[in-house]
Amino acid sequence: MLQHIKPGDFLTLMIGAIGTVWVTMIVWSGGAADTALIRSGGKIFRVVPLSRDQQIEVPGPLGTSIITIEKRKARITSDPSPRQYCVRQGWLQQAGEIAICLPNEVSVELTGGQKKYDSLNY
Amino acid sequence: MTASIIKLDTTPEDHHIARMAAVALGLTVLENAIPSPLPGVKPGLANIVTLIVLARYGWRAAAWVSLLRVLAGSLLFGNFLAPGFFLSLSGAVCSLAMLALSMHLPQRWFGAVTHSVLAAFAHIAGQMLVVYLWLIPHSGIAYLIPIFATAALVFGTVNGLVAMRFINDAPTSSRLTG
Repeated sequence: MLQHIKPGDFLTLMIGAIGTVWVTMIVWSGGAADTALIRSGGKIFRVVPLSRDQQIEVPGPLGTSIITIEKRKARITSDPSPRQYCVRQGWLQQAGEIAICLPNEVSVELTGGQKKYDSLNY
Repeated sequence: MTASIIKLDTTPEDHHIARMAAVALGLTVLENAIPSPLPGVKPGLANIVTLIVLARYGWRAAAWVSLLRVLAGSLLFGNFLAPGFFLSLSGAVCSLAMLALSMHLPQRWFGAVTHSVLAAFAHIAGQMLVVYLWLIPHSGIAYLIPIFATAALVFGTVNGLVAMRFINDAPTSSRLTG
């Protein structure tokens, strides 16, 4: 197999591989999040920085959701919603990530750097 | 009423191009049977033929084979003038443009693997451009570039190796001349 590769081909492959890794790092690294946007009933409830660890209680129609911010990550720790989707989503870390508890009308969205796109903002 | 016979004057070169395009078409059909995790990620086996033709008969013949394969393939799969056809076409045109440049690299140092990898990158670049300008005008598709670039690198290398094998094994004639 090696006899089919000429010296210049190795150069091409190397540049190609480096280019691919480079593009991947640029595209996939994403903006690091620095703030959490907490909404309740469609209105912004609080905007908190991720730099300070804290727990926030957010009231909703079903009860209180508890949002935890720790080590520059955020998650919904507890929520009265029946299926617990937002709680099971776990930690949010990158800008643009969002956890939504629809029944309790509470959501946490991470923002920062440049906003990343997803199908929601199309 | 007299039977009228329409006869096209064809040269041996025409026949040869038609044969090679048919081989490429066969590989396209074969490839469509392989399941793909993501639309657009496929090996592009037909390009092996394009590479061999490029090495043996030059760019003009390679362009004919490649474009005929895109056209006939779209008729075969029923997506002529559908988005998929324009994606194939833009990929093929960009690949050929890249090959027109890369074939002038010194042959002593650069072989089919280089041509294949460069053409594969040009292929996805052309396709992504059409997707962005026409089908999904949204910067979110940039997210897929790493997947396509990796696929281009891997499949480009493999196709180049296969093509190089044929080019090296039959240096004078026959074998794949059909």
